[in-house]
Amino acid sequence: MANPMKIRARMIGDIVEVKVLMSHPMETGLRKNEAGEAIPAHFIQTVLATHAERTVLAAQWGQAVSANPFLSFMFKGGQKGDVIRISWTDNKGDSRSDETTIA
Amino acid sequence: MEQGRRRFLRSSGGLIGALVAAGFIGIDEVRAEAWNAAAFESKDLDQLIRNLGGSGAKATDAIEIVAPDIAENGAVVPIGVASKVEATEAIAIVVERNPNPLAALFTIPPGTLPALQTRVKMAETCNVVVLIKAAGEFQYAAKEIKVTIGGCGG
Repeated sequence: MANPMKIRARMIGDIVEVKVLMSHPMETGLRKNEAGEAIPAHFIQTVLATHAERTVLAAQWGQAVSANPFLSFMFKGGQKGDVIRISWTDNKGDSRSDETTIA
Repeated sequence: MEQGRRRFLRSSGGLIGALVAAGFIGIDEVRAEAWNAAAFESKDLDQLIRNLGGSGAKATDAIEIVAPDIAENGAVVPIGVASKVEATEAIAIVVERNPNPLAALFTIPPGTLPALQTRVKMAETCNVVVLIKAAGEFQYAAKEIKVTIGGCGG
């Protein structure tokens, strides 16, 4: 399983700002290794952010999202201490899910 | 027993799966979207819009794209997007001259601001197009970013 995500969530007025740093190679499938063989594509395809059993952001990604992806978004309706959960799945079926509380 | 439980947890997608199985979270609330392969294989903006279920898009200046004019490293180009279009329900980041132009597609539920930031790879200098869907209509804005080192090389 991949390394944990770094997730920060904080209140700015009545808005929750979430910043996520994921650990993933995000291989395009177009690069070649030193022997000239294609490196197989390996990238995150879906991302889901939930707060209080509600989806606050859903994303689909292609190969063009940078390695070790960064994502920042904002939503209303959260409060200090609430749990934010982020999950991803990649094209090889690997997945990861981490959570943090709103600061 | 323990072994079987671990295998079940892994096969059901970790904790989310376990929570769903235990009835803590309704399946609808936590279901990730299916990956839209056709959209990600689109080779240009027109094809992409068709694959997202639209027929055309109009240019707007109500979408703000915050990105550098010149990206020194095409492998990591920070892109910020903010839509001022009311009821923006989806945001797509499209790098026009990448082998697969669609980089990311976001669904914005009510209560989430149509403003986000991420980082994308760019193969060469080109327009980054931000396509949004609001009230069933597609609108877009573009910004040219010059790339000095491509993001898809070795």
